[in-house]
Amino acid sequence: MTTSHAVVTGIGVVAPTGVTTAEHWASVLAGKSGLGRITRFDAGDYPVRVAGQVPGFRATEQVPARLVPQTDRGTHFGLVAAADALIDARVDPQELPEYEMAVVTAASSGGTEFGQHEMERLYTKGPDWVGAYQSIAWFYAATTGQVSIRHGMRGPCGVICTEQAGGLDVLGQSRRLLGSGSRLVLGGGSDASLCPYGLVAQLSNGGLSADPDPARAYLPFDADAAGYVPGEGAAMLVVEDEAAAATRGAPVYGRITGYAAGFDPPPGSPRPPVLARTIRAALAEARLDPGDVDMVFADAAGQPDADRREAEALAEIFTPGGVPVTAPKTLTGRMYAAGAALDVATALLALRAGVIPPTAPVARPASGPALDLVSETRSSDPRTALVLARGHGGFTAALVVTAPRKDTA
Amino acid sequence: MTTFTVTDLRHLFASSEGLAGNPAFGPDELDVALADLGYDSLAMLELAAIVQREYGVRMPDDCVIEMTTPRAAIEYINRRLTEVNAA
Repeated sequence: MTTSHAVVTGIGVVAPTGVTTAEHWASVLAGKSGLGRITRFDAGDYPVRVAGQVPGFRATEQVPARLVPQTDRGTHFGLVAAADALIDARVDPQELPEYEMAVVTAASSGGTEFGQHEMERLYTKGPDWVGAYQSIAWFYAATTGQVSIRHGMRGPCGVICTEQAGGLDVLGQSRRLLGSGSRLVLGGGSDASLCPYGLVAQLSNGGLSADPDPARAYLPFDADAAGYVPGEGAAMLVVEDEAAAATRGAPVYGRITGYAAGFDPPPGSPRPPVLARTIRAALAEARLDPGDVDMVFADAAGQPDADRREAEALAEIFTPGGVPVTAPKTLTGRMYAAGAALDVATALLALRAGVIPPTAPVARPASGPALDLVSETRSSDPRTALVLARGHGGFTAALVVTAPRKDTA
Repeated sequence: MTTFTVTDLRHLFASSEGLAGNPAFGPDELDVALADLGYDSLAMLELAAIVQREYGVRMPDDCVIEMTTPRAAIEYINRRLTEVNAA
């Protein structure tokens, strides 16, 4: 049903760890955190004080002038990451058939900040003051649409809304599209919800950390874990058929060799969570045994129950402590739809560099199965990475990326 | 009675950042399609909203169908103003 010859040839990143792929990777290797007190608005009266905010991003310098006031911050991020990914892949969309290039992005919140601004105008001035662009800027698919229009990529375009799992689901979908007439797909995620309306909406799931100390607010797999920190940003990847990429001499970061998605049973169900089964399905599709996996990029919810469930799934498949586990998202916060896409980008950069990137050190491991958490960069020449993501409500996804074949590296 | 001129149209286009297109269209471009000047149908809905606010005249959504060029837009808006003044 799916092609197993998908490769990633381009990466674009806008994250709390940096507004370029190189900046992000340097931050990851240095363990430099992008978490800090919320400064985008006065969060003094909110129970959440810490977030992963994108620093030094100026839409007016990087987004076409006309689009800046017509689109939300999340779309600004997505447009910049998409353009960077295409440049990185050495693709000029104008030179390729427009209907053979597709765009699939994940989004969790839509244009929240834009929407808040328009609602303020509605309630303070009246309906005549709501701008026409509200009709498109709030929409989950806004980023996909604007990227598609800007680059003339008119193949199958879509948006996937599976919260954090969306960053993997779009890459599964991207790979699927390669088998049905698309030669190149931009797949990734973008979200920017650090405004009062957006933050209040996030509070409703009860999972956010209330700790005001940026160094203590997000401690997945630690005995002191008390929630996660929200992040914002975008990560976009160019996905191509391996043979087509080789024909045009494209640089290859790695291959997407396995993907699976699952959905958790409802609370109270006697059935187990789907994470372990989803990992097995992804490995089976990649034709890999657990012993072939060199590193796991954990979902790292930062909530004790969810962390324990993840540790149990990993112990079940890899034996306790049987595989190196990392969570670079401790440096960015959970970036919703963008988070897992950024994890895949980071995994590919790690495969290229031959290292396992570190996660924030765990001072007091939580009870439960042991984990081999990587707290300092390991130079162990990993060849295969498993990336995990769980979205609010039960969405679960696993994706396997492997280093490029030596002859195409 | 208020008359809506090309200067007014240029002013409206220039005053809204969401309408960034080509407000400096010259006398030879009065009959060029607004789409070719950088204004899509959403931009024309945005323009209609601004006219509604600043001139106090209702602009129905289908105004977009009639306002295809700067000249057509000016004539359309003037018709709306005349109807208001006559009422």
